[in-house]
Amino acid sequence: MNGILQDYLPLVVFIGIAAVIGLALLIAPFIVAFQQPDAEKLSAYECGFNAFDDARMKFDVRFYLVAILFIIFDLEVAFLFPWAVAFGKLGAVGFWSMMVFLAVLTIGFAYEWKKGALEWD
Amino acid sequence: MAEIWTAYLWPLIIMVAQSLLLLVVLLIAIAYILLADRKIWAAVQIRRGPNVVGPWGLLQSFADLLKFVLKEPIIPSGANKGIFLLAPLVSCVLALSAWAVIPVNLNWVIANINVGILYIFAISSLSIYGIIMAGWSSNSKYPFLSALRSAAQMVSYEVSIGFVLVTVLLCVGSLNLSAIVAAQDTKLGILGWYWLPLFPMFIIFYVSALAETNRPPFDLVEAESELVAGFMVEYGSTPYLLFMLGEYVAICTMCALGTILFLGGWLSPIPFAPFTWIPGVIWFVLKLFFLFFLFAMAKAIVPRYRYDQLMRLGWKVFLPISIAMVVIVAAVLQFTGLAPA
Repeated sequence: MNGILQDYLPLVVFIGIAAVIGLALLIAPFIVAFQQPDAEKLSAYECGFNAFDDARMKFDVRFYLVAILFIIFDLEVAFLFPWAVAFGKLGAVGFWSMMVFLAVLTIGFAYEWKKGALEWD
Repeated sequence: MAEIWTAYLWPLIIMVAQSLLLLVVLLIAIAYILLADRKIWAAVQIRRGPNVVGPWGLLQSFADLLKFVLKEPIIPSGANKGIFLLAPLVSCVLALSAWAVIPVNLNWVIANINVGILYIFAISSLSIYGIIMAGWSSNSKYPFLSALRSAAQMVSYEVSIGFVLVTVLLCVGSLNLSAIVAAQDTKLGILGWYWLPLFPMFIIFYVSALAETNRPPFDLVEAESELVAGFMVEYGSTPYLLFMLGEYVAICTMCALGTILFLGGWLSPIPFAPFTWIPGVIWFVLKLFFLFFLFAMAKAIVPRYRYDQLMRLGWKVFLPISIAMVVIVAAVLQFTGLAPA
């Protein structure tokens, strides 16, 4: 077995076995448990009365905003990982260029904050 | 023929055996972690906790498993059936799969990949999908609202966990989890681990881990007084069990990650003779349980946050502090020449 296979095959095997265990647990009650469904039992829960309309309704735009902010910052973190690993070998140029990058992002973050994108009230 | 056997089949059998061993041990450990959680919670409230099934209630989790399997599974008539059943599977399997890269002792790891941290970061980002799928496919109002809240919450704290990881990586210079533990192996024992020099990051990691795993005081996802049981409202039987399992496995993963990043993994806290004879895996489990005990105590004594407070803490407190810490740690390493080559 070559290097990359040796490293990553155990990962695939592990996930596969975890999936089999999960699937076995998921299927088990459909086989062994006593089932007697009726219309009331299968209706969506809504504090005791019948559900009146579709549950997929409009929601607050701030959830969407948080998702966008997350993408920016998560990408930033993903960008920092290789820099952090190679930090010792990069020297002063590597250090200062990342400081400039972080400064630009901090300005963006301060702008978001000032605009009220982080307010929840 | 013999070559195929030695080159492929035999290593594959070993992989399967190792994976099975780790999963079985992990699942049994989860059963007792769950019991410990309930017992600690009960003890803080001066109750006994589960004490009927088996001596001191030690078999409670197994009785619960049996009960879950024998319960009638319900799929709501308005639900998207495929996604509805896939959601618990996704959240459970993703939570379990993080354990493939966690070293519990020197070389005791299923896959010793050199991007271990990145893998765990990716897996913990993906775990949001299980919740979103559950909330959307249930076609019920409480799960839907809960899934939105949960996604926003997990995503917010994911960012600060990312920056915490970067500060540790700056000190280590490797993404391999075993290398991170090895970097903490100094002559100083407990004083050489990263919890001391990176103490603020350790605190941020701990609180973010609470929020990331939807543990109290950040359990707004299933705040009973507002959202009944959150995104799990429509679930029963083993689909519900899989969510619970996924949640507790994720908590254990976070505790294990905290152990590896800040508490020296399998290293002995006192770096000389009688203590270094104790197997590393025992130290690892003790540290993991110590962190879990902190999780359980937080659940027992801290009141629940309000949603705006939660988002403020994540975005306006932890994010600026952790970005500042990345800059400070990098600057200190750069100007003192301590950076790993």
